[in-house]
Parts: sequence; structure tokens; C-alpha cells
Amino acid sequence: MAINKESNQFTFGFAIGLVVVLGVILAVLSEGLKPYKDKNVRIKKQLDILSAMMDVEKAGISRANAEEEFKKYVNLDDAVILDYTGKVKKSEKGVSAFDIDIKKEFRDKTLSEKDKNYPLFVAKDKAKNTRYIIPVVGKGLWGPIWGYICLKEDMKTILGVSFDHKTETPGLGAEINKPFFMDRWKSSKILDDQGNFMKYEVVKDNSGAIKGDSKIDGITGGTITSKGVEEMVNRTLKIYATYFKNKKS
Amino acid sequence: MSSEKGTEPLFSKKNKKLITDPLTDNNPVTIQVLGICSALAITVQVNQAIVMSLSVLFVIIMGNLIVSVLRNLIPSRIRIIVQLLVVASLVIIVDQVLAAFLPDLSSKLSVFVGLIITNCIIMGRLEAFAMANKPWPSILDGLGNGLGYGAILIIVAVFRELFGSGTLMGIPIFGNPLPGEESGLYAMGYQNNNMMILPPMALIITGIIIWVQRSRNKALIEEH
Repeated sequence: MAINKESNQFTFGFAIGLVVVLGVILAVLSEGLKPYKDKNVRIKKQLDILSAMMDVEKAGISRANAEEEFKKYVNLDDAVILDYTGKVKKSEKGVSAFDIDIKKEFRDKTLSEKDKNYPLFVAKDKAKNTRYIIPVVGKGLWGPIWGYICLKEDMKTILGVSFDHKTETPGLGAEINKPFFMDRWKSSKILDDQGNFMKYEVVKDNSGAIKGDSKIDGITGGTITSKGVEEMVNRTLKIYATYFKNKKS
Repeated sequence: MSSEKGTEPLFSKKNKKLITDPLTDNNPVTIQVLGICSALAITVQVNQAIVMSLSVLFVIIMGNLIVSVLRNLIPSRIRIIVQLLVVASLVIIVDQVLAAFLPDLSSKLSVFVGLIITNCIIMGRLEAFAMANKPWPSILDGLGNGLGYGAILIIVAVFRELFGSGTLMGIPIFGNPLPGEESGLYAMGYQNNNMMILPPMALIITGIIIWVQRSRNKALIEEH
């Protein structure tokens, strides 16, 4: 053969050629599958929002019917976007509360506090009670943690929460998405009787954590993740607390 | 390809051996003890084990085929990198397809699909077999090793899911374990063995499979 397979030219040429071919194949595939992946992400978000206010499994909601069911409970026209002072932002055209990626905004170091969006979803349960659902996002030990907090119609009592994480330690920090931990937040109040924000405290060894109190028992061995949840909840709820306080008075 | 077909029947004795060997006497997991990492990690549920096995099967067959077709072109100085590129691309394809069509399983398998890249079985077959053999035997070799890996994965997963969760592929086998509404075996006081769900049990079950296999086949027992 005329070509010397072991020459530098051929080696470079082969490497470049292979990388280009594989790169094109992967790029085409990724773009082609994008609609499916986006849909899955959207459905996951809808399921996460709904699971803060009810037992999704018991209600018979799965990936297959999530989009229709979500519409039944959550009216996205009622959703508002707050700024960091808890005031409703003037609605920008074409920006819906659902499409705001607060995880991305949280990660974005160049985004100033003023420009961050705080969406609030308003839903109705089966008995037509109003439910307020607040998305939260924060930092765990290894990566992002996020969740949704659902308030009852009194705008201060937590009905339920759904937390999730990307890469927390299995068996320790990863337990934040387990019912036993999420149930601890139920029926606690985010506002005191004067309407001021009650700071949450995630405590160790169950010291003084009473159900319905703002002291929440953390996860043993998952201290940093538990503290991350505490920071995430306090930072976010403080903003919404102002909104609810003003709305009530 | 056509000339190769002419010289040798597609399923000659030698070619058949390429499939059957890794299933029995030369199993990549139990005899060569490769790919143990994923065997421990994703054998809690049979469903996960099946999807993982299919993913590995796809990657190893396609990887073997591509490397075998290119074997006379690949410069030997960069052959490992080329193999790695091929495997990595195939793994990304699998990962993307899973994320698009099986999102729940995809999030459960999470990093382990990505870690197929480092599965020693695949790199081992590419380097040891596909680099030196024609495409058709390479496909068969990939098929055999993929099935050998998958078989062990699924056997381990059946034990772990059945005794750890009382289900198979998510279907309850022993009845309803929920407190207050127990039925079947659970009503008689049976309890799931939580140890089965933990990683050490996968190692122990794999060990037992190796033990059974070696004690039945004298040829596998090493003299020391």
C-alpha cells in the first residue's frame, strides 16, 4: 500500500477523521432526540410540583398522564413571578413561570440578585382548596438539590414538600427525597402570628424537633445536605414570606 | 464480507464456540472476574439489570464490529484511544436513547450507563479480539461476552430483587408487605431481607455463582 499507516500524517489524519465523524453522529443524534428529552424534563417537573401537594402515585398520576393531570390542578395563568423583595414582577412577554429555570439562575454567578426570578405556582386540589407551590433550589454536599414546597390556603402552613437531589451520598444525604424526611416538614408554619417569617432550623439528634414546629430533625450522617436544605428553604421562603404577608394584610 | 462468508460457514463450530464459551467456561464475570463494578451496582432490580445488559450488549457488539472493520486502518500507536472513542460514542448513544425513551430507568441507572465506558469486558474484547479478527467473528464474540455478562447480572438481580423486595420485575411474588395489609407469605410473618438490597450481597451472590460453577467444572480449578 502506498500509505504508511504508522506515519505521523496518517495517525493525525485518522484521529481527526474519526473524531469528526463521531462528533457529527452524536450531534445529530442529540438534536434529533431533543424534543423527547425536553418532554421528559417537563413531565418530571410537573410530577415534582404535583407531588408537593399530594401523593401522586395514589392519585394515579404517572408519566403517561402527567401533562393532562397537571393542567387539572395547576392553572399556569394564576402563577406569578416575584423578584427578590417579594414583589410581583411586571410580566415580561412570553415568559411563563413554568419555563423559568431557577436551577440555572441559581448557578449563574453573573446574574445579580435583582434579576433572579422567583416563580410561584397556584393550584387547586380536588376539593378546590387553593394551594401555593414554591420552587426551591440550593446546594447539597456534592451537587445541586432542589424541591417544591406546598402551602395551604392560609398561605403559611406547609402541606407537603418534595425534595430531590442530583448526586448526594446514597443512604445519607440522598435520603432527603425519602418520605420519612419530607413528612417532617408537614404542618409547620412559615409565618408566625404577626406574619413574620419563621426561620427553619434543621437540628441534630431530634433535639426539640416537634412535628409542626420550625425545628426539623435532620438526617444522621447527612449533615451537610441537611444544612443545605435548611439554607435553601430559609433563603427562598423568606422572599415568599414577604409576598404572603403583604398579600394578606 | 462476501469472501469471508465463502470460506467458512456462518455458524461453524469455531464460531459457535465464540458465543457459547463466554456463557460457560470463559464467562467474563465469573471466570475472568471483569465488569464486577456494575454487577454490584445495578442488580437490585431485574428491570435495571436487563436494561444494563442490553446496553452493554449493544455497545460490545457495535464496538467489536466497528473496531474490527477498522482494524487494518487503526494506527497501532493510538489504537487504545481509538477504541475508547468508539466505545465512548456508543455509550453516549445508549445514554441519550435511554434518556429520551426510558427516562425513569435512565435516572436510576444514572452514572452506571456512562461507566460502561470503563467496563473492562468491552475494552478487553476490543483489544484482545476485535483488533485481530474479522467482523463476523467479532460480532459473535461481542454477542457471547455481552450475553455472558448479562446472564450473570440477571441471575444476581433475580435473587436480590426476589429476596430483598419480594418482587420480580416489579411484580409482587410473595404478597403484599405493607404493614396492616399484609397478604401471602408476609401474613405468615415472612420479612424481606434488607441485606439483599445492599451492595455486599451482590458480591456474595456472585461469589456463590463462581463457587458453584467451579465446583461443577474440574477444568476451572487452578492447581497451586
